[in-house]
Amino acid sequence: MLLKGLGKGGLQDADNMRTIYILWLRQLKKYFRSRSRIIGSLGQPLLFLVTFGFGFGAIFQAAGEGSYIQFLAPGIILMSVLFTALFSGINLIWDRQFGFLKETLVAPVPRFHIMLGLTLGGSTVAIIQGFIVFFLTLPIGFKPVNLALLPVALIFVLLVAIIFTSLGTAIASLMEDMQGFQLIMNFLVMPIFFLSGAFFPLEGLPPALIAITTIDPLTYGVDGLRGALINVTSFGFMTDTLVLGLVAIFLLGLGSYLFEKIQV
Amino acid sequence: MKKEIKKIIQVNNLVKKYKNLVAVDHISFEVRAGEIYAFLGPNGAGKSTCIKMLTTILQPTEGEIILNGNNPKESKDEVRKSFGIVFQDPSLDEDLTAYENMRFHAFLYHIPKELINKRIEELLKFVELWDRRNSLVKTYSGGMKRRLEIARGLLHHPKILFLDEPTLGLDPQTREHVWNYIKNVNKKEGMTVFFTTHYMDEAERIAKWIAIIDHGKIVAQGSAADLKKLTKTKTLEDAFLALVGHNIREEEASALERLRQRRAARRR
Repeated sequence: MLLKGLGKGGLQDADNMRTIYILWLRQLKKYFRSRSRIIGSLGQPLLFLVTFGFGFGAIFQAAGEGSYIQFLAPGIILMSVLFTALFSGINLIWDRQFGFLKETLVAPVPRFHIMLGLTLGGSTVAIIQGFIVFFLTLPIGFKPVNLALLPVALIFVLLVAIIFTSLGTAIASLMEDMQGFQLIMNFLVMPIFFLSGAFFPLEGLPPALIAITTIDPLTYGVDGLRGALINVTSFGFMTDTLVLGLVAIFLLGLGSYLFEKIQV
Repeated sequence: MKKEIKKIIQVNNLVKKYKNLVAVDHISFEVRAGEIYAFLGPNGAGKSTCIKMLTTILQPTEGEIILNGNNPKESKDEVRKSFGIVFQDPSLDEDLTAYENMRFHAFLYHIPKELINKRIEELLKFVELWDRRNSLVKTYSGGMKRRLEIARGLLHHPKILFLDEPTLGLDPQTREHVWNYIKNVNKKEGMTVFFTTHYMDEAERIAKWIAIIDHGKIVAQGSAADLKKLTKTKTLEDAFLALVGHNIREEEASALERLRQRRAARRR
């Protein structure tokens, strides 16, 4: 699927690059124009970091696990990436309801390129959001251990952003309106976040929960980012990158497949 | 010497079936290049469904379409390049400016870089929106949005312009205005215009050829004069009623209408 799309017309073709570029640019423009949304979406991660970080800090320390803020911050950064990415994917539903999607679907461009532009745009926005949260964690007390590993951190943030933007697009391709939205929040986004090990170490959980955390892609993102930022990882960079990379390719393929099927 | 007139749209036995409904039922018709052609029909007659199939966003259940010599099944992108469309519902990005909406379109239709600014300026001046080009579309009135959509539909110099109820909800002055632009381009560039409407006067004044469509079928077609002669009536409205009957049609609410209704209900 993915290869077929890339082969057709080819990405090196200037016209195709322009299609992807203008879709990407549109997402960014819309993001920077909605300042209230940017500020609003920073509230929740910061609240989590401050309340849980300081609230459980003493207990975490007493249990011999070290600083909880250090442990929590990478998960909180990915939380904002997860939410922003998934919602920019789901924004497709608004485009559909308010008609703009039709404008893109009748254009003489392969849908795969449209999907790619949307995904890259959504991912970029999610990464920016992740960066803002990262910088806000610093005054709260978060200290990255090794600054040389920041590029590695960026790779994990990028992979998580692509995974969840594609997932959002896939979901949005199946939904006609926002009615199922609450369902997705409660049964998908929240479990993905809470069971990713963002809040607690994954050792010593009941087997059922272990199973879920193992198939939760965000688990590997949190583990990888923690490795890059505070030098603590359970699976290692190789496993994390490999799992995230494969999931990203799979979801990008699934997203394009479902997007291809949309009829207005 | 007899000049052969090119058929720019050819539709043969087109069918669209949904689970429990036949929206378009074996429709066949032809549109000559340079002509203004109207689909006239009551609500839910299958006009929009038909336009959606002609413009490649809906798969027909059966039948064949040839647009500007191309079959959408085999060469979708060729077909897509050949037409512009103004949808029934607005399809602008309201968080972008008029200029940005136009530029987005220009990129998607691969208009050469050096032509983009020139053409956008030309068209925005043509629909008298150039002064407001840097305003967000959400600040536009309904009539301005329609004009912008028409300008956008013309940006890539299409051979055919599809308009799905283009003047729905506009006041008479704006309707007049909008049609003047379209007739102008039709005359100057020889662009074919295909539109749907349920306004009789609009069909009669604008279209050379009218197809009356009801229950997914074309019940009659010809010039307004032909239709009046056929039904032995004096006005197109009488001809229309004679052909499709007096029953009021129910139409299922679209997703957007459902949303609007829900919002309205919540506000109450």
